[in-house]
Amino acid sequence: MGNEPRFEKESMKQYVTSKVQQIPPSGIRKFFDLVSSGSKNTISLGVGEPDFITPWHIREAAIYSLERGRTSYTPNAGLPELRNEISHYLHREFELDYDPDHEIVVSVGGSEVIDLALRTLINPGDEILIPQPCYVSYLPITSISGGVPVAVETTAENQFKLTAEALQQSITPNTKVLILCYPSNPTGAVMSYEDWLPIAKIVEENDLIVISDEIYAELTYERKHVSFATVPGMKDRTIIVSGFSKAFAMTGWRIGYTCGHPDLIAAMLKIHQYTIMCAPTMGQMAALEALQNGMQEKDKMVNSYNQRRRLIVEGFRSIGLDCHEPKGAFYAFPSIKSTGLSSSEFALQLLEEEEVAVVPGDAFGQGGEGFVRCSYATSEQQLTEAIQRIGRFVNQF
Amino acid sequence: MDEFKLQILALLKEDARKNSNIISTMLGVPQEKVDQAIKEMEEEKIIVKYAPVINWSKVDDSKVTAVIEVQITPERGRGFDAIAERIYLYPEVKTVYLMSGSYDLQVEIEGKTLKEVATFVSSKLSTLDAVLSTKTHFILKKYKQDGIIFEDHEEDHRMMVSP
Repeated sequence: MGNEPRFEKESMKQYVTSKVQQIPPSGIRKFFDLVSSGSKNTISLGVGEPDFITPWHIREAAIYSLERGRTSYTPNAGLPELRNEISHYLHREFELDYDPDHEIVVSVGGSEVIDLALRTLINPGDEILIPQPCYVSYLPITSISGGVPVAVETTAENQFKLTAEALQQSITPNTKVLILCYPSNPTGAVMSYEDWLPIAKIVEENDLIVISDEIYAELTYERKHVSFATVPGMKDRTIIVSGFSKAFAMTGWRIGYTCGHPDLIAAMLKIHQYTIMCAPTMGQMAALEALQNGMQEKDKMVNSYNQRRRLIVEGFRSIGLDCHEPKGAFYAFPSIKSTGLSSSEFALQLLEEEEVAVVPGDAFGQGGEGFVRCSYATSEQQLTEAIQRIGRFVNQF
Repeated sequence: MDEFKLQILALLKEDARKNSNIISTMLGVPQEKVDQAIKEMEEEKIIVKYAPVINWSKVDDSKVTAVIEVQITPERGRGFDAIAERIYLYPEVKTVYLMSGSYDLQVEIEGKTLKEVATFVSSKLSTLDAVLSTKTHFILKKYKQDGIIFEDHEEDHRMMVSP
């Protein structure tokens, strides 16, 4: 115990702002500590990132950039050639048109953009609509930025799509922003053009700004992703959050980007330039290579996720768990209500008894209770084994 | 070939023991269709064999493998095939390719000792009438074969749980 750090004061907590103190501990973090101390035999379906290593040509491009001494800052908004390439890519793949000089900023992952966008948009007391279950960072960042997070319910009955009715019910005179995340982490839900139309109408009528987190845009399995910004009238109102992590298996590089109206982008760039300066140069070089030469590898990875998606959904159904069909991202979100357990109890007992880690649905906010998030970004052998173990576990109820 | 069969081949290439039940789930098609497609490809000798990839250096260090560049005179009417057959029927011969460029056949030979391989080349291969010349290269180490890396150092470093 001699190596324990010694502090003069027992607690320094009183110096932490109340805003930060009030953020509840992350449900995922708690579970992470538990799983990490578990045995080697544990199969984890709790991983929220691709199981592919970044394709070699991308890694090699980054190494080459280091060899050539590309170690200085880039412009705040990111390398001009990368922004150009992002602009072409968005046009080609998603029918989006953004000017690389004024409407695109390269960031440190999509996460930074969520922070930038919320800090740019929120005045104290503004209400931020967040369809839930949702990615874990929207609520805390909203609170830190002085906003009031307001949950919008999505349900398994509607394949966790956002409905106009649910959205309408949550709107008040203080509502300012709607956060969207489709394809969805954790539910795998996607929204079609037809699904977007009534949502866009409400956005228009209530003069809302939309932060559309499209980080999983490349991972859809039946139809191509439809960006909310392509709905007529929505481009100016939408800030797109995206990046390279999921599509190109580049999570650790921390390269994302945002696109939107030049006024909003300029405001976000103000925060970005003083907090981040610029995204890491080496990562930007890698991202450039990904866009220029990475499409084929990306398609292969998407095909592989799709195969494993079918395997896990079929697997859950075969052991008697209700599982809506996820049409995007790499998560299945089966209901565990039939066991009578809460999602936390389910996850804990499953880990203890069968050494399979899943993430309890309540970690993703309202509406997540009764479900668990299972990532299928793991080998087909592990998935098959995990399903067998979960089947044994579920059988006792 | 149709996309469906290519997908099956890709899955079997990754793991030849994968059963048609799992393949059918992964591809989202009925199992009978998968069985039928596999049967067809077996009959057409598209799928030749279900053999494991073995790293022999871990089994038996004394094995010696050589790649031999062989120049030959093609036979009238039958081209290179007849002479290739005379070579590949030897069990010592592991692979035979017809090549473009400065030589004609690339032959891979496996033996217990250096001497054994050298003897095979000088007594069996070079003595064939059609063989004009041979160049023998011994293989020192196999890093990757048929798309498979033997000593893969790229482990899964992901955290067990992440958002």
